[in-house]
Amino acid sequence: MMGNAVLSVADVQKNFAGLRALSDIDLQIEEGKTHAIIGPNGAGKSTLLNVCVGRLAPDQGAVVFHGQVITGKKPHEINQLGIARVFQTPEIFPDLTLLQNVMAPAYARRDGPIRLNLLTRLDDDKDVRLEAEHILEDVGLAAKRHDEASALSRGDKRRLELAMCLVQHPKLLLLDEPTAGMSRLDTNRTIDLLKRIKERGMTKVIIEHDMHVVFSLADKVSVLAQGRIIAEGTPDEVRADPKVQEAYLGGAH
Amino acid sequence: MDTTPQNNTPQTTAPQTTAPAEPQRSAHYHHSTDLPTQLPPRGPDMRPLWPPKVDILMTVLFAVAVFTMPIWLQPFGAAYPDLMQRFAIFGIFAIGFNILFGLTGYLSFGHAAFLGVGSYAAVWSFKLLSLNIVPAILLSIGIAGLFALAIGYVSLRRSGIYFAILTLAFAQMCYNLAYSVLTPITNGETGLRVLRDDPRVLDALVTGTSEVAVPRASFFGIEMSGMTGFWTCAVCLLIAFYIALRITRSPFGMMLRGIKSNQTRMNYIGFNTRPYTLVAFVVSGMYAGLAGALLAVVDPLAGAERMQWTASGEVVLMTILGGAGTLLGPFLGAVLIKYFENIFSALSDSTLFQAFSFLPDTAREVVVTIVSPFVGEGWHLTLGVLFMLVVIFLPGGLTEGFRRIARALRGGSGKKESSQ
Repeated sequence: MMGNAVLSVADVQKNFAGLRALSDIDLQIEEGKTHAIIGPNGAGKSTLLNVCVGRLAPDQGAVVFHGQVITGKKPHEINQLGIARVFQTPEIFPDLTLLQNVMAPAYARRDGPIRLNLLTRLDDDKDVRLEAEHILEDVGLAAKRHDEASALSRGDKRRLELAMCLVQHPKLLLLDEPTAGMSRLDTNRTIDLLKRIKERGMTKVIIEHDMHVVFSLADKVSVLAQGRIIAEGTPDEVRADPKVQEAYLGGAH
Repeated sequence: MDTTPQNNTPQTTAPQTTAPAEPQRSAHYHHSTDLPTQLPPRGPDMRPLWPPKVDILMTVLFAVAVFTMPIWLQPFGAAYPDLMQRFAIFGIFAIGFNILFGLTGYLSFGHAAFLGVGSYAAVWSFKLLSLNIVPAILLSIGIAGLFALAIGYVSLRRSGIYFAILTLAFAQMCYNLAYSVLTPITNGETGLRVLRDDPRVLDALVTGTSEVAVPRASFFGIEMSGMTGFWTCAVCLLIAFYIALRITRSPFGMMLRGIKSNQTRMNYIGFNTRPYTLVAFVVSGMYAGLAGALLAVVDPLAGAERMQWTASGEVVLMTILGGAGTLLGPFLGAVLIKYFENIFSALSDSTLFQAFSFLPDTAREVVVTIVSPFVGEGWHLTLGVLFMLVVIFLPGGLTEGFRRIARALRGGSGKKESSQ
């Protein structure tokens, strides 16, 4: 048992109509580390993340975050504990401006899940605004702060979503293919941004297909295939593992 | 302004010791050099999104427009108190409805229930408490709020079409109950009216007797008849407008728009969205209650037909026609629909013959034959066509139309303004 595990997934199992999506998953996410989960399509990577954030309830097993069982909690409760998630397809507020997109999560972090401040002015909450401005600048979107988020390119939407998570200073950040569909330039910018977050000591779980991203960011890699973890270790160990090469890399890498 | 050559940074020129305005960036925030930054390094832009001055100006302009209605509505033949107070009352109804529908996107098809509840509550207040409108209005808002709390609590468990059906079902239930089981409270088809010898405990306490010759609502002795009724409604409209404006500009209002935009995301950034939608529902129910109270204030009787589903549908039309999610749109929609209902429906063929008297006889016959189905009894047809045109060509409602015109006049720079 590792003493400094932020998130532990213990013996988790999930079936979809008789199909075993996850079986006997045991996973320890260590504090301050970037943990990559890789695996072929349909291996159960996104299902695992969905179990972690409360979108899906596991059939068996538990997810423990900082010593607290979070299985069965609602998504907003899990977020309030300090877990933020970037989705595979960007989940942003398309009708709001970039600034408002980032201010909303900043409010959630400051005020908790409910605060019925009907008659205060948005403009009076300078702390929230300032924080949002900083994060937008950080991800390079400050110039578009008053644009509607629907007008952004796909890459920018992903960065905006990342900013929405970062503004909450989560204890654990879950990223589901944060660079999918991005150009090489955008991918490198995102890698750079994620590296800078790592310097701040944020724990991250990252699902990724792009090996370039995995090997430039991850401290530890878990390989998922057919709902099971077949290998775990440092990127180099995993790369050298013949089982992994067979199941995922196809020996070509 | 007067920066010296040595001090050409865009920072403040205030002495160093008293310059906390420039926030300290933490060491983690610097960009690595290979990143193409889109912004020159300068302090964050903290200009307000909605300057309070603009809001006040907007409210003042709105107030001027409302209070001068007796003047500028004259050419349209609508400057009589009965119609103008309808504009104000249904404006309140629509502005409140917009807080729910325009901001959260939850389409309620049962808001007329709260209007009706408000009316009944006000009439009961006139009967049992006092002919003064203040307790009547407060009671109506409170009771409509309680109704909204109960109906919203159940209905908001679903969204989209199921939510709409649930609210519609509740409203129809209220409507039918008012005619059947609840007749002791609603007086059924006759409608609830204020009688000369109702108990009116508060009035009896103050004046010694509750008997009046003609029971009329009043504001501390000022009777609600003619223009007084309109002024009262106008003041209420103004207060309702300002509160809606403040809600729109508040963090709460932004969260409501977040719910409309992407409820999933709201949950995953840590918001429990149900209380937000419920409060929006209750607030809009209270607006409807106020509107219902004012209907009773200007004419102290209440009937169940106010709760029928057509009345619920009307407020949806008003909001969409004017522009859902905008501040002025719902009021515009209410004015337009009430105008059509009262003025267009009163036009007859003979008025048309007069209007087209400049045409030669045969041409006049043809034009009148074409136009006449759209007026009088057929005013719904005009409204339907107008509604269709707006939904197809101006999905943002009339307000979007005005905004487009304004943009075109300004030179068509195409720069979208974030005015809402």
